[in-house]
Amino acid sequence: MAFNIQAAVDAGTVVGEAPPGIAGEPAKKIEGKSPWVLAWRRLRRDRAAMIALGGIVFIVALAVFAPVVATITGHGNLEQFRTTGLDPSGQPVRPSGTFWFGTDDQGRDLLVRIAYGARISLFVGVVATGVTVLGGTVIGLAAGYFGKLIDSILARFMDWLLAVPFLLFAISLFSVVQVHPIGPIKPGLPIVIIVLGFFGWASVGRLVRGQVLSIREKEYIEAARALGAGPWRIMFVDILPNLLAPLIVYTTLLIPVTIVGEATLSFLGVGVPPPTADWGQMIGSASGIFLYGPWWYLVFPSAALLFTTLAFNLFGDGVRDAFDPRGAMTA
Amino acid sequence: MRLDETAAAAAEAGTGAADVLLKVQNLVKYFPVSSTKLIHRERDYVHAVDDVSLEVRRGETLGLVGETGCGKSTLARCVARLYDVTSGTVTFDGTDITKFSARRMRPFRREIQMIFQDPYGSLNPRRRVGSIIGDPFAIHRTARGAERNRRVQELMELVGLNPEHYNRFPAEFSGGQRQRIGVARALAFRPKLIICDEPVSALDVSIQAQILNLLSDLQRELGLTYIFIAHDLSVVRHVSHRVAVMYLGKIAEQAPSEQMWVHPRHPYTDALLSAVPLPDPEHAGQRERIILAGDVPSPINPPSGCRFHPRCPKARQACVEADPDLVPRLGDGADHLAACHFPVEDGEDISLSTPAIAAEQRVVESGLIAGA
Repeated sequence: MAFNIQAAVDAGTVVGEAPPGIAGEPAKKIEGKSPWVLAWRRLRRDRAAMIALGGIVFIVALAVFAPVVATITGHGNLEQFRTTGLDPSGQPVRPSGTFWFGTDDQGRDLLVRIAYGARISLFVGVVATGVTVLGGTVIGLAAGYFGKLIDSILARFMDWLLAVPFLLFAISLFSVVQVHPIGPIKPGLPIVIIVLGFFGWASVGRLVRGQVLSIREKEYIEAARALGAGPWRIMFVDILPNLLAPLIVYTTLLIPVTIVGEATLSFLGVGVPPPTADWGQMIGSASGIFLYGPWWYLVFPSAALLFTTLAFNLFGDGVRDAFDPRGAMTA
Repeated sequence: MRLDETAAAAAEAGTGAADVLLKVQNLVKYFPVSSTKLIHRERDYVHAVDDVSLEVRRGETLGLVGETGCGKSTLARCVARLYDVTSGTVTFDGTDITKFSARRMRPFRREIQMIFQDPYGSLNPRRRVGSIIGDPFAIHRTARGAERNRRVQELMELVGLNPEHYNRFPAEFSGGQRQRIGVARALAFRPKLIICDEPVSALDVSIQAQILNLLSDLQRELGLTYIFIAHDLSVVRHVSHRVAVMYLGKIAEQAPSEQMWVHPRHPYTDALLSAVPLPDPEHAGQRERIILAGDVPSPINPPSGCRFHPRCPKARQACVEADPDLVPRLGDGADHLAACHFPVEDGEDISLSTPAIAAEQRVVESGLIAGA
């Protein structure tokens, strides 16, 4: 047991809890708590983050069970109710027992369409963020680890990419591929994901590159090289685990940004085309007519977008605090 | 193995006939530093290691001492081929490995291992100890799964760690235990040569002794050869069969350990030895400390001739002009080499000497005097 008592906790890392055995009860199974377990424990104590996580679960459930919502209300996603869903002058009807959230300008059930819209938002949020983070990580690792010419080229390319006005680029790309689809790049979801991913990875790449530049000078990297480890092993076995914490934090905070990005593109009419249900698109078409009465058409999709991004942001903040407890105390 | 043991015995007995495991010849390592000038870029070089030759015999411990920045760690990293060598050769066990590519170096990575200075920096904080010690097996694909686990636990036992702790993270160990983890990792393939880069300087004194004893026990059991880098002379004296003193990228003096202590020939060695604290306070008061003037000059633009001349109390004009060879001086044996034109005689007190060179080539406390 003397061993356990000797075990010191390094203040320089994320691990902040006493090793098992010190707290009185003898350690039954000797296994160090991984930084992930410790971070998860801290996260679980963070009430705001847990409420936000509940919100995320709710939105995900809404997206997954969108057909169930359609069945309960008896209104299909794309079904137009020209007699019940529109008033005699052809305007949307306000929220009621039949249409809980009212209808849109085509006489479709807004609640059902918001549920289906959540699918697009979450899908883009996860896939485009995944592309962004994956691409940025691999390129940032290569730039930071290999350095020299590779780094110069990649870093300049990232600088260039961050300087390109991405909305203008997206709008013009959309008009081009509407006429001439370029391979997989065609209007709709593919272009949204490609545009968001292509312009997003550079910021991840920069983050990763900066971290790699400091990590690769550590003695344990030198130790790995002395053992004969090749560059790929060093990048993915020795460096990457040290990047996971900032990457996870960045990813959770990037998802809401991506969701808003997708909504923006759809709002401008260069994202997901109708009749597919999409929040940004709904907000776009509502913004033209809500002044004439149908406030619900603007309010409910906007509220759904706000709720989702808020939940992801709050959760992301919690994740950041959980991975960097020292920062949380001073902040 | 039997051969190693006899060699170790031979080295310990002080006979110079033991076979050479590592031979470094005229090794030079310069690091380029780009100047701050934007357009007119002149390349300056840090002369980290400048024309160093030495031999390490099988089974012995070669101590490498010198101040911070004198090039001892660079020399070690050149030998381990972590750095590319500017010129010169490194011959390991009869093979010239100086220009080997990463692929051709791979088999030699098993033979040459390093133990690092910082037990906190040299272990990846995000990986479990078992996986860190198992790294050599994973990299060289020699053992996996349960077999790897078994060998990792054997290694942990060998260095005095509880094998049940293999699932822990480095942060859960103390400095001394972490250094044992580093030792276990280096021992995975029973290497022929282990380069210890200040392995105890980051540890408490009480822990230092434990690690030093562990290293010497392992040397006896496994017939290891060490290059032991340190700036603490008493540590080096304790572990080394032979010692090389480095100053500003060059070897100033090289000798069997005890001989170095009794008959230092280079004024720099003499000054270093005079700084070692004596455990006996009565004698400590009597001993004259040699206090060198100034700091170590910049390795970007090292002094001409003997690099020690600006600070040397015995400096003469010859020291400014000619770089002294590393040869036996004052009738010493073939294994006691000193790079000094005017070596220290036995019993001489160099703190009484005054340099006989022009003032602008000397250093005083405040730095170089310019024409004063």
